[in-house]
Amino acid sequence: MTEDGAVWDVHGLRKLFPLKAGLLDALRGREKQVHAVDGIDFSIKRSEILGIVGESGCGKTTTGRLLVKLEEPTEGQLLFHGKDIAPLKGADLKDFRRRVQMIFQDPYESLNPRFTVMDAVAEPLTVHGVTDSLEDREDLIAKALEHAELAPASDYMYRYPHELSGGQRQRVAIARAIVLQPEFIVADEPVSMLDVSIRAGVMNLLLQLRDEFRLTLVFISHDVGVTRYMSDRIAVMYLGRIVELGVGEEVISKPLHPYTQALLTSVPVPDPKFQRGRAKIQGELPSPIDLPSGCTFHPRCPYAQEICKTTKPELREIVPGHFAECHFAGEVGLSSGAPPAAAQVSGGGPPA
Amino acid sequence: MALLEIRNLRTYYRVRKGQVKAVDGVDFTADRSKTVGLVGESGCGKTTLAFGILQILPSNARIVTGEVRVGGELVFRAPLTHELKFLLDQDGSARAAQDMLAMRAAGMPADKASMAANELMPILQQEASLIEDAQAMIAHGQADPDTLKRDLLDLVDRRERAWNRGFTRRAIQRSQRNRMQTMRWSQVSMIFQGAMNAFNPVYRVGDQIEEALEAHMDMTSEERQARIQELFKLVGMTADRSDGYPHEFSGGMKQRAMIAMALACKPDLIIADEPTTALDVIMQDRILGEIRDLQRELDLAMMIITHDISVVAEVSDRIVIMYAGEIVEEGSTESVFETPSHPYTIGLLEAFPSVKGPKKKLRAIPGSPPDLVSPPSGCRFHPRCRFAQDICTRERPELIEVDAGHRSRCHFAKEIFDGSLG
Ligand SMILES: Nc1ncnc2c1ncn2[C@@H]1O[C@H](COP(=O)(O)OP(=O)(O)O)[C@@H](O)[C@H]1O
Ligand SMILES: Nc1ncnc2c1ncn2[C@@H]1O[C@H](COP(=O)(O)OP(=O)(O)O)[C@@H](O)[C@H]1O
Ligand code: SF4
Ligand code: SF4
Ligand SMILES: [Mg+2]
Ligand SMILES: [Mg+2]
Repeated sequence: MTEDGAVWDVHGLRKLFPLKAGLLDALRGREKQVHAVDGIDFSIKRSEILGIVGESGCGKTTTGRLLVKLEEPTEGQLLFHGKDIAPLKGADLKDFRRRVQMIFQDPYESLNPRFTVMDAVAEPLTVHGVTDSLEDREDLIAKALEHAELAPASDYMYRYPHELSGGQRQRVAIARAIVLQPEFIVADEPVSMLDVSIRAGVMNLLLQLRDEFRLTLVFISHDVGVTRYMSDRIAVMYLGRIVELGVGEEVISKPLHPYTQALLTSVPVPDPKFQRGRAKIQGELPSPIDLPSGCTFHPRCPYAQEICKTTKPELREIVPGHFAECHFAGEVGLSSGAPPAAAQVSGGGPPA
Repeated sequence: MALLEIRNLRTYYRVRKGQVKAVDGVDFTADRSKTVGLVGESGCGKTTLAFGILQILPSNARIVTGEVRVGGELVFRAPLTHELKFLLDQDGSARAAQDMLAMRAAGMPADKASMAANELMPILQQEASLIEDAQAMIAHGQADPDTLKRDLLDLVDRRERAWNRGFTRRAIQRSQRNRMQTMRWSQVSMIFQGAMNAFNPVYRVGDQIEEALEAHMDMTSEERQARIQELFKLVGMTADRSDGYPHEFSGGMKQRAMIAMALACKPDLIIADEPTTALDVIMQDRILGEIRDLQRELDLAMMIITHDISVVAEVSDRIVIMYAGEIVEEGSTESVFETPSHPYTIGLLEAFPSVKGPKKKLRAIPGSPPDLVSPPSGCRFHPRCRFAQDICTRERPELIEVDAGHRSRCHFAKEIFDGSLG
């Protein structure tokens, strides 16, 4: 899926975390592992927002941390402007760290309570030795704060995090992330802790910054509505895999993967007249330690067939630009209403 | 008659800076067999309102005014001394106090009749004697209004002191709490926010439910076991699960066990405080669906508390919107969604992303919810309101009826409702 001028090309990315196993297990070489990210491919274009959505534990944060090199992959390649980031060292690594930033979910935790707003936003400048001139620094900080809609900056610079509202704190975190004028930002659930009335403001700010600075973003959320609002393209993750990937509105209106369909059916709609069906999927999320065989969604999938238990589906391009990892993508569920052909042949029809 | 009636409830928390006016003059009703959704952002007072109904408030909370009735029966009432003091402190005149006392006196026979087992009788005796003395003071008081007001405040203070000294206060509080204890399980029960921690980790889940049954229901041990099995089936779990410990349950299962516990003593009303907030969307949807099925099957009244307006859009017959300790809008769910008549409600709807329909630009409400120690004057929403006028900074708007059963606390409620504004 290499694309010309892509900011990111990610191939076969995998991150396994070893579990603290019992000594016996370890001796027998049966050390268990968490499949946090289990072989994913994607690319991101300049100035694009890629949304990553999925239930908690599906590997969103780990993917984000791998992109900003807070985590090293177990397998696979992360190409930033075509160059593998794994071997980066010294000045190159420092340059990379200046160009990519991350915003975290919890503005209460990501800011040091003993730092003023000014200190917090100044820190990246100090780390990267951007300028020695005090005036220049203050100027950069003020600009960043004002871009984050904390204006006039002088009203905020000398405040401490506890003197700010949740929305303002998240804006400080954003100012801190943009002060070095990065080209790429991972925003990991940046609005999940905020109240609805404030959320829209932070989302609009991120969209505006993207337009203004041609920023490239990975926007992570467990909230499908929020992801839809923010994203150009959406990647749906399930148990460490990208099970569906496509243009946002395509994924939302014509989901191809049974999991995406279930996810979308489950979202309540703020309109009392809207009649929503119930998702047909069974059971709960399996553990990412002992993954189901074949298609990892098969124990919960209403359309699962024999092949799903034995053979892992590939992420295939079903319609141009719209990918799904399902043997029957495009044949099942909301998009067609018909049961898969295989079901009709075998007679083992899917449950209604 | 409404199953639950709350009148003029004010619950304040004492803190170092003063008082957090978490619930500030709330009237609320829940009807039999219906679901009412209470919506508002975090910190607006939803949980405080629910805890006030059940009398399970933390020790720094004080109910300043108001009363709670369940099935018509008075189960809680703030002391008349608090009510009078509050009224007089809010630059109410002696005249206003007189009106209030007259109303109390008139309601006395009905209140007496509505009290089960005379448990709360001491309250009424207290009230009767205070009403008598205060009315006498007003009748004989030839002094100017300010002196009369001061005299009345004096009387209230003396009464409070005598009350505290004579342990009457504590005895009454105890009897109110006991009454509520019984109520809590057999008439009104609650599914708590963060059910994850509602169970004691060292006891089996089934045993914890049995304890509730033992305390509040007249049942033999066999009957209790049968009821537990029945409850687990009702919430979609196999009966053998009742032998498990809380940590062995997934998030969705704990939530189900919590629902089973709330249903145990066959209450008429269940208060569910953010029952699915900690769950992922698929589990959230499943649990909400199950709650709704149970509500219909068992003909329950439900009060669902949430910050998510789309949740109440789907499950509630009626919707109540709270902002900064006050109810700002209420009405049938259809009416509130079709013709939102308070600027805050309009703002919430415009800020909410949906997965259905065309993608629309979202609009944030500027600023953030106020500090409830010193809330804004007049209309509490005025610093964030795009329709605000001078009057909004001065006068607290009343709840204005814009349509049958649809009310909005806004000076311009009617104009907003009929579309001549906004
Ligand atoms: N440092 C770690 N050590 C062990 N397991 C981890 C670590 N980080 C994440 N995991 C596990 O990896 C899986 C994916 O986690 P994460 O990427 O945080 O998911 P998400 O952000 O989608 O909730 C989870 O099962 C999580 O418990
Ligand atoms: N024990 C307490 N002491 C002091 N303030 C409290 C206490 N509990 C809640 N509050 C405050 O009361 C207000 C309402 O809280 P709460 O009822 O929990 O709101 P909600 O449930 O709508 O989020 C908030 O400002 C909160 O900080
Ligand atoms: S591959 Fe089979 S089990 Fe997996 S999502 Fe498709 S139909 Fe369901
Ligand atoms: S009363 Fe005034 S400030 Fe309050 S909501 Fe209405 S228009 Fe806005
Ligand atoms: Mg995460
Ligand atoms: Mg609450």
